[in-house]
Amino acid sequence: MGKIKTRMGDGFKVEMTESEVRKALEEGTQDAAERGRVEPLTPDDLQQIFEIFACPYRIVGVEEGNEVVLTYDSLNTKIKRAQISASKIQSLQICERGLGADTLELAHIDYSYKPVKPIIPFEKPIMEQAVLMTIPSLLYGAMPNMGLYSRPDGPCPNPADLLPQGKIAEARASYEEAADYATADMVYVGSQMYEAGADGINFDTTAAAGDAEFFATLKAVEILRKKYPAMGIQMGMAAEFVLGMHGELEYKGVRLAGLYPHEQVKLAEAAGVNIFGPAVNIVTNETLPWNIARSVTWTKACTDVAEIPVHACLGMGVGGVPLALTPPIDALSRASKAHVEICRLDGL
Amino acid sequence: MGVGDPCGMHAAHAIVSGMGGIRTAGDLVARMQLNGSMKIDAAKKHVADKLHTSVADIADPVVMNELREDLDIGRINEAPGVAKGIDAKFRIARLLDVDINSVNIFKEKIERDI
Repeated sequence: MGKIKTRMGDGFKVEMTESEVRKALEEGTQDAAERGRVEPLTPDDLQQIFEIFACPYRIVGVEEGNEVVLTYDSLNTKIKRAQISASKIQSLQICERGLGADTLELAHIDYSYKPVKPIIPFEKPIMEQAVLMTIPSLLYGAMPNMGLYSRPDGPCPNPADLLPQGKIAEARASYEEAADYATADMVYVGSQMYEAGADGINFDTTAAAGDAEFFATLKAVEILRKKYPAMGIQMGMAAEFVLGMHGELEYKGVRLAGLYPHEQVKLAEAAGVNIFGPAVNIVTNETLPWNIARSVTWTKACTDVAEIPVHACLGMGVGGVPLALTPPIDALSRASKAHVEICRLDGL
Repeated sequence: MGVGDPCGMHAAHAIVSGMGGIRTAGDLVARMQLNGSMKIDAAKKHVADKLHTSVADIADPVVMNELREDLDIGRINEAPGVAKGIDAKFRIARLLDVDINSVNIFKEKIERDI
């Protein structure tokens, strides 16, 4: 067999020998196993990924019967970002009727809960109309994005200014204050959208600002679950590892800093999440076999313990999908198939 | 799934791994996951049982197009007079025996005293 054509994590093409691909797969899974203290992939799993890469066809797909359902972060804004002249509702219909979407998500172009708050009177009527005109489950989504609550963008002292001055306690207090603001905004927007008819709420890119943001989002989920027992709640993560920016925050007795996907999902379940999305960031200067083996290792450890559906995050730059705004279909299809079939995913 | 152009991300994942939304029964399976926390196999079986068909058939666009037409629960190619949006969801709620938030809100609004 000749060389295997694949790509680097940044999307640029590379050719590898069979032994180079096998070595990359082995190193990728070992990296994840050591960092996350989880089991590496089995030889059968690695062989399955090898065969996916060795397949000469441009596109691969899951076997019949292994299809899953898809949820979308910020669905309608993908149409907006492509500068297609369509309203939000038209964008949802394009996805529903043109792209085979299993679920829909309404979102604001400034995809964070804080900036949605002042435009709620304009977003709610769109949700109210959209649920009349579409059939699949319709979520409202945004990012917790706790960084927006620090100066100069928000009211809290900026921990990035305090930490270099050695003001650890002040920085921690600021994170806690920001977390309270973020929770309040997420609960407000989530409540408004559910009362407008949304089937559920999506917290996307959770914990991007670290453990305090994870804490804020878990609290928001807990409050919304109590307030609306039937609400659908999805939580997608920002990375495989929760950064300990605060370092001491706990949720239900578990320290949040340093948690990996198989630990994150248990707290999401405890808070009341219905669908959990683990995210594993791509390493751009490593190959896709290395990245996919690494991502599948963590994602599989997550699905092994999850009692709720797991929709792995496989957008640009996560889950073995190259960091390129126009993801190549050869690369995306291999990441998609490997995650769905080896991790026994419930969705993407 | 997240960032990426609609062709490279949405369409590609849908073709590689997706059920196909209202082309098949993907929307119905997803509904059972989002509101019932059902894992994929349980959600597919629940939907197949409610539709009195097989798990294999609910991912088949030819079979499901006809079944969705018979059940009048909305499909890609709309015809005059058939259920399209909220009316399709009223029927889906009854068919799957689930609560749909927008359907409940709609009922509440039209039953409110004038």
